[in-house]
Amino acid sequence: MKLIKYLSFALVLVGLATTGISHAGTLDDVRAKGHLQCGINTGLAGFAFTDDAGNWKGFDVAICEAVAAAVFGDASMVKYTNLTGKTRFEALKAGEVDMLSRNTTWTYSRDVDLKLTFVGVNYYDGQGFIVPASLGVGSATELEGASVCIQTGTTTELNLADYFRSNGMSYEPVPIETNAEARKNYLAGRCDVYTTDRSGLAATRASLDDPEAHVVLPEIISKEPLGPLVRHGDDEWGDIVRWVLNVLIIAEEKGVTSENVRALAAELQKDAELNRMFGTTDEYGAMLGLSDDWVVSVIAAVGNYGEIFETYLGVNTDIGLERGVNALWTDGGLIYAPPYR
Amino acid sequence: MDKNPHNTGIRQDLPPPKMHVGVAGWIRKNMLSSPTDVFLTVISVYILYKIVPPLANWAVLDAVFSGDVNHRNECREIAAGACWSVIVARFEQLLYGFYPVHLRWRVNLTFILLFVALIPLLYDQVRGRKYLLWFTLIYPIFAFFMLWGGLGLESVESSKFGGFLLTVLIGVTGIAVSLPLGIALSLGRQSSMPLVRLLSVCYIEFFRGVPLITLLFVASTLLNYFMPPGTYFDLLLRVIIMVILFAAAYIAEVVRGGLAAIPRGQFEAADALGLKYANCMRLIILPQALKISIPGIVNTFIGLYKDTTLVVIVGLLDPLGISGAALADSKWQGLSTELYMFIALGFFISCFAMSRYSLYLERKLDTGHKNQ
Repeated sequence: MKLIKYLSFALVLVGLATTGISHAGTLDDVRAKGHLQCGINTGLAGFAFTDDAGNWKGFDVAICEAVAAAVFGDASMVKYTNLTGKTRFEALKAGEVDMLSRNTTWTYSRDVDLKLTFVGVNYYDGQGFIVPASLGVGSATELEGASVCIQTGTTTELNLADYFRSNGMSYEPVPIETNAEARKNYLAGRCDVYTTDRSGLAATRASLDDPEAHVVLPEIISKEPLGPLVRHGDDEWGDIVRWVLNVLIIAEEKGVTSENVRALAAELQKDAELNRMFGTTDEYGAMLGLSDDWVVSVIAAVGNYGEIFETYLGVNTDIGLERGVNALWTDGGLIYAPPYR
Repeated sequence: MDKNPHNTGIRQDLPPPKMHVGVAGWIRKNMLSSPTDVFLTVISVYILYKIVPPLANWAVLDAVFSGDVNHRNECREIAAGACWSVIVARFEQLLYGFYPVHLRWRVNLTFILLFVALIPLLYDQVRGRKYLLWFTLIYPIFAFFMLWGGLGLESVESSKFGGFLLTVLIGVTGIAVSLPLGIALSLGRQSSMPLVRLLSVCYIEFFRGVPLITLLFVASTLLNYFMPPGTYFDLLLRVIIMVILFAAAYIAEVVRGGLAAIPRGQFEAADALGLKYANCMRLIILPQALKISIPGIVNTFIGLYKDTTLVVIVGLLDPLGISGAALADSKWQGLSTELYMFIALGFFISCFAMSRYSLYLERKLDTGHKNQ
């Protein structure tokens, strides 16, 4: 009898788990746990890496810190789960992580079929090619018959196939797992071309002994809008992550930085939107279930979007990326956030 | 002085010809004794000449060892060879992962005591073995609390585990648990009870038929769907269990090979002595079967130990994972060779030690049935 009882209990649990009849809101779960569980890359230059002291840093990691600062007022209340290209979505859907900030491309099928919610774009990337200058190739259309190093399980793999097919060219894929592996294979001449997102190509090229001997081809063969995501079914939580990203962008637009945010928030500003963000006039934070000065915590902890970009990816880093399309819309880029109103 | 050439008295022994003794003699005898030998020697010397000087140049003569260097470009300015500074900078991470710095003494202590716990298992002539075995018995519990905390010790989460700590933890636990489990399964497979036999066979065939990577993916992704939402079953624990289950199936087959080599007469003799099944196995069959299986068992262990690197695909940061994260730091990007060589060295030391111990054990247990 006891056995049957246990079995039926287990079955009910399985049923609950698989149908995803949801538990309390993610925000409550996060508060109860006392930390945000954030899914990040296992290592990608500029986006997620460890410093010598063993702390996770990077452009994607900063988003996790920002969300932790929004929820707890403290950017250090976040724990990381390292996810590979193959385990990231399962981990998010199974509830092992509360959000994913792992240079993930927003695509139709991931959004719709995998039932994930992309809350925005924090980096507009695109797939490119790097070739040795000695190959004498000036355009990707001249790559007929080339061997190409390609990371498996990513959208880049599919884009590559599409691009070569639509241009009537053949290629020989050399499947690899990580950027470090790709770099080795590429330098050893096992592939003529290495293709990945252009941010990755820039990082790789910057680390070569002789960067001048390699060229990034002008073609951008895909759109890779990268952004943080959450699972379907908890819109309130999705809103929080979305607006954390948005306020980072608005803060840059308004010239609010990690250095001046406390001073600005201390007194009433002429700009009404700033007052709303800082919680000095209205109680907008409560609508999200957060404190009214949550934006101040976020910006004080991680800086605005531009600061994060310059710290981890910008021209003064080893990666040395220009803002390009990732400039604010006011500077001719694509980075744009709806008003905080 | 006797200069008579016809003197037939006892002559002093002359030293052997110079070409047959010393270094020259050894080279002649071992390396140049036939045209084939000469050919192979020349080829080998040529290959060594091609490999060793550049490697020595790169790894030692032209290399940077300084821990003060903080960027790969600084290394390049000093010398063109290996930049070992990355190992210096990441040494602790490679050993402990993200284990809190002020608690690392616990890992060290657990590691040192691991050898104390192993000694009575590995050598039977140790003084006070009886008492040490008691320690061995409680060691797993001790290690668990030391590593994860609890009982008044500050607790540490599994996600902080990494580097060689993770390798040794998964490897040693896998080895220690899979051996008894494997032996039990191999006996189950030989059992005369149909249900036990069927279950053992199903288990062994299933786990041998599925790649470890698949099992790791099941551990990391699928298992969550079978558990109530909100409960979090530690990923590291899931992975260790999968590694154990996987290795046990292989051990079972290795031991079955040993069992199959035991002559029928041994079983009959045990029966004739009136020994029950347990005693028959414990006193007569298993000691012989396991002795035969030693090379196969150690082979499986070494394979298991090296397979622990596969956990990187489910996001656990073993030494390879740690090096991946280090390589993503643009300061150290591109220094993968240095990191990989260091990790290879770490693995070689462990695996070589296992292999040497197995040879020692074989020699010790040799009862003279071979090499006759």
